[in-house]
Amino acid sequence: MDFALIVLIELLRAVAGLVLIAAGLAIIFGMMRVINIAHGEFLMLGGYTVVLTTKLGVNLWVAILVLAPLVVGVFGVIVERCIIQFLYNRLLDSILATWGLSLLIIGLVTVVFGNTVEGVATPLGGFAIGDYKMASYTLVLIFAAALILAAIFAGLKYTRFGLIARSTMQNPGMAEALGVNSKLVYMATFGIGAALTGLAGGLLAPIAGVVPSMGVYFIGQAFITVVTGGSAIVAGTLSASTMLGTLSQSITFLSGPVFGDAALLLVALILLRLLPQGITGRIFSRSL
Amino acid sequence: MSALGYWRGVALVAAVFLAILLFVPAWFDLFEVLQMTQYIVLAIYALSLAYIWGFGGIVSFGQAGFFGLGGYAFAVISINMGDTTVPFLLTIALCFAFAAVLGYFMFYGRLSDVYLGVVTLVVTLIMWKLISHTAGPEYAIGKARLGGFNGIPSIPIMRVPFTDREMDPGEMFQYFMGLLIFVYLLLHVLIRSKFGRIAISIRENEVRTGLLGYDIRRYKLLVFSIGGALGGASGAMWATYQTFIDPNAFSLEMSAKCLIWVMAGGVGTLVGPIVGVVALQYLSLKLGETAFINNLVILGIVLVLLVLLMPRGIVPTLHDWLRKGVALVRQPSRGGAP
Repeated sequence: MDFALIVLIELLRAVAGLVLIAAGLAIIFGMMRVINIAHGEFLMLGGYTVVLTTKLGVNLWVAILVLAPLVVGVFGVIVERCIIQFLYNRLLDSILATWGLSLLIIGLVTVVFGNTVEGVATPLGGFAIGDYKMASYTLVLIFAAALILAAIFAGLKYTRFGLIARSTMQNPGMAEALGVNSKLVYMATFGIGAALTGLAGGLLAPIAGVVPSMGVYFIGQAFITVVTGGSAIVAGTLSASTMLGTLSQSITFLSGPVFGDAALLLVALILLRLLPQGITGRIFSRSL
Repeated sequence: MSALGYWRGVALVAAVFLAILLFVPAWFDLFEVLQMTQYIVLAIYALSLAYIWGFGGIVSFGQAGFFGLGGYAFAVISINMGDTTVPFLLTIALCFAFAAVLGYFMFYGRLSDVYLGVVTLVVTLIMWKLISHTAGPEYAIGKARLGGFNGIPSIPIMRVPFTDREMDPGEMFQYFMGLLIFVYLLLHVLIRSKFGRIAISIRENEVRTGLLGYDIRRYKLLVFSIGGALGGASGAMWATYQTFIDPNAFSLEMSAKCLIWVMAGGVGTLVGPIVGVVALQYLSLKLGETAFINNLVILGIVLVLLVLLMPRGIVPTLHDWLRKGVALVRQPSRGGAP
């Protein structure tokens, strides 16, 4: 019984992890079809923000929940203004440019902070379920993932900006004709996506080693989740994360983390062979 | 361009390569010959992407997957067999097959460009992760231990085909240069064949080509597989040149470099990417000597600037500017006086 509960929490944690790392990417991809290869580096910058500000004495939760999204969000807006905005009609070029950005950020961070693993202690300690012990922080991650998805859903569905954003996503020409400044919408969307990614990076900082190359460990999973999810932001991220997270965590239980990743990829490949537009291309295609 | 003019250009390039093959080992010292051997291997690697991107419209973000697979496959097979010629051919066949399987999922699923790029990228990432975790002694194929992050050392040096004699650096340079010329000519023959023309028409307009009755999935699959085989061949050459291979062969940096070389040289040419390899590798070698500029920073800046300022590549853009400049000189009054 206790063991079953532990397994359940572990599965939820895997799903939450995928939601966290993929949500920001899904927003940017879902809204403007731009695949941001520097996504992993945005995560890394969020992690570094937390590590550096806590070293300076800032409260850990302030660093994670306020500073990390703020810093990376602002950085995202700058990137959008300087690079992405010129490439909206050139999809492939925008991917290549963000790839260049990714290399540039890794290089610069390595030069400034060195190629060493930084970290912050995992807060909150642990709790016991029967004979097993769990870190309480795991629950924070699961809760945060659920909250982020709920916030994206509510934001898109019930706010004015969400309405404008959705209309721009569906038909930018028509939205502009009705007086929407689509450039501003794109900029804001990119900024929000980046901020969410920064938040995810901040949340992951206490459990993952913060190194300049840490992004590489996450982007594979993030890309697979977004691509198998398809264009619907919330439904796609949730369905793909649930399926892939459960699956890879199960494989990880049975045979170790490396094969978990490989299984994730294999399933995603087969899925894409069946549903080339992602899960939400065929099923739930009218959802958000 | 007329067919005659086209082949004249190809023959000229091949003749220059042949001259390099014949004279470089005698005229340059050992260090420079080794350096140039490296450029040749990377040039074949760049050609693998230049071909599928420029003449099939397939942008693979994971060409390093084939490079690394080729390197590891060659290492494992040659360490087990003791020979190098047969393992080299086996490696190429293996990479062709791997590309065909991967391509089947992508092209027969009719994935769009972006998805295709992401899938190839992710496949490479997973391969990198998998191979990095093979540190223990239980991860061995025959006599070859995979070695995790440390890679596989003491890979056999390329031997003179059908003999047991290892090549000296000069011979290896000539052998590889010969292979480069062969690949260069082979690709040109492919491009000008019926198959190549159909592949180009797919690049130009996929839907229209499909409506004309060609099975675009099959053509793209074959183009991609040829690219995979070439990438694998270059990986195998890299392994035997270094006598060592490690998981970095699968790294994102390796994939990105390939894209940068091809972009810099110009998509849609074969000479351009070769020039791109030599120019950019030389640049990063020189800047690397100064030690305070990180190599990744340079690569990143080059890639961003290329995309923003010269999306068609350095060689075609300079060519354009030159033409515009000439036109401007010839017609100085144009657009001037009211």
